[in-house]
Amino acid sequence: MKTWFYTRRGIVKAVNGVDFDLRQGECLCLVGESGCGKSVTALSLLRLFDSPPGKIVSGKVMFAGIDLANCPVEQVRRVRGKEIAMVFQNAQSALNPVFTIGDQIMEQINAHGRYNRADARKKARLLLEEMNIPQAENALNMYPHQMSGGMKQRAMIAMGLSCDPSILIADEPTTAVDVTIRAQIMFILQELKTRRNMSIIFITHDLSLVREIGDRAAVIYGGRVVEIAPVETILTDPAHPYTRGLIACLPDISTNLKRLPSIPGNTPNPIDLPEGCTFHPRCRDVMDVCRSTEPALVNIAGVHKVACHLYDNAGAFIA
Amino acid sequence: MINKVPLLQIKNLKKYYRVTAGLIPRPLGEIKAVDGVSLDIIEGEVLGLVGESGCGKSTLGKAILRLEEPTGGQISFQGTDVLSLNKRDLRTLRGKIQIVFQDPDSSLDPRMPVGDSIGEALIVHGVSGAGERGRRVARLMEKVGLEAGFAERYPHEFSGGQRQRIGIARALAMDPRLIIADEPVSALDVSVQAQVLNLMMDIKDADGLSYMFVSHDLAVVKYIADRVAVMYMGQIVELADKEELFRDPLHPYTEALLSAVAGLRRGGGSRILLSGDMPSPLKPPAGCRFHTRCHRVMEICPVAEPAFREVVPGHYAACHLYP
Repeated sequence: MKTWFYTRRGIVKAVNGVDFDLRQGECLCLVGESGCGKSVTALSLLRLFDSPPGKIVSGKVMFAGIDLANCPVEQVRRVRGKEIAMVFQNAQSALNPVFTIGDQIMEQINAHGRYNRADARKKARLLLEEMNIPQAENALNMYPHQMSGGMKQRAMIAMGLSCDPSILIADEPTTAVDVTIRAQIMFILQELKTRRNMSIIFITHDLSLVREIGDRAAVIYGGRVVEIAPVETILTDPAHPYTRGLIACLPDISTNLKRLPSIPGNTPNPIDLPEGCTFHPRCRDVMDVCRSTEPALVNIAGVHKVACHLYDNAGAFIA
Repeated sequence: MINKVPLLQIKNLKKYYRVTAGLIPRPLGEIKAVDGVSLDIIEGEVLGLVGESGCGKSTLGKAILRLEEPTGGQISFQGTDVLSLNKRDLRTLRGKIQIVFQDPDSSLDPRMPVGDSIGEALIVHGVSGAGERGRRVARLMEKVGLEAGFAERYPHEFSGGQRQRIGIARALAMDPRLIIADEPVSALDVSVQAQVLNLMMDIKDADGLSYMFVSHDLAVVKYIADRVAVMYMGQIVELADKEELFRDPLHPYTEALLSAVAGLRRGGGSRILLSGDMPSPLKPPAGCRFHTRCHRVMEICPVAEPAFREVVPGHYAACHLYP
């Protein structure tokens, strides 16, 4: 899939060839730094970006036999919220300040369902209870400003779940909250995965969260998936030089380093992506071919795929 | 190595904010953002200050420079009583203690070339010749890993990491002895964060600086700090050498914070989930302020405030578990 934005300053190639699949009951993490295209990828799945300037210029998003990238918008609308729901990073701005939490959840519930007021309210209360919100009945009557950041984020997740979707997309749901609150939210998401056998696409820049919740992880750089594998493999045996660098440069409380390894340079600007492999200006293992040819995503071992010229088309390590 | 002379001594520092509401302001109460903090920063050390948002860690940093005028307490820097300084002497002091803010976007003037932003401090502190100023700006930019030729460029032409380097260069302009770094890498991507942390370490080693490093990220603090202070609702609840604190945390809050940090390479230890959120700072809980969320709460905790005491040599905690 490619999603480009046609702006006055040029074409922003936010998503520039992303491939992945998501299985039932699995949590797939999209990992990457700011501007890598991970959020636009998620928005593209539901066509939630402004068009124009944005456009899915090529690719498919197959869900239950429908190609969400190319079907009429009305069809996508039936999937949004009902089959695939999304939780955003900033609960503060995603919630409407002039309606109570209860009203907002009930609105969601009835967006695709037909419940009378009492039933909708009961369902909303149950959802808040599932989110471990104390005194859920009370919370229904609260306005967003009366809730703490952690509660708002959990209310957002409750809204996401209001139509019992089969896929939940969580876009950096813990970035704006403190570590102790983050732990609570991660716990809830893990519960959801096991209890509802839900599929989750978890978008984050934080590899330590990937370890906690992910089954598989896709590392995104410059609008492309550069590596995708089971989480354990990504963390213990990363194949792409970018993934390796990213893991190495993360400070960790269980190690005592005198000096942090770092990746030189900056993340690429999606309006002006480097030729060839987008990571080549920062790569330690750069070769001539990297500057001119974009590497394909190849299978290197079972379910481990990587896009890097260090591996040939059959997935064998060259060099 | 670190010699044990305190560069900065803070005693019982307080910063209260009066809160009012309504068109005709009626008092709602006081927010005790910093409530009786005592700390030393030793020459050449990095003191990490950790806590969640709203715990008062940034206010503490600003109060030291009197960017927020403290409500009470004492601050002494190299033997000088900071709170009694007049305007002119305070300005001299601010040359020796500098601050680096979290968001380089909003702390740099977008309409000023970065070289001028860095050089501005030199003007304020009396380096008047343009030639001399230019040379010093060039040296500072090289020191933080930027080309001196970039001095004519504007902030928007730089990436976040480069802008934070500019913020650091500006802080270094007056040859400070202490830099208060308020979440300096929180806004940066991880691959860039490591570059800036390494730079800060290099500068510290080269110039023999001290840092007060304010952060919510325990992993970053573990990397950079020598000693770590943990703050909760305006008070320091634990203070110890870094190794000691991470190996053997005494305060239940520190314990919970450490367990909440997942860590990439950590085995699956049991996690302490704190219930609820931080209480309203307008109505802090009686007794120990942490008792409403504590997993080891005892009968005495809601009643009496625990004293901040040295539990083992060099390791301080404020908790009734250690009477």
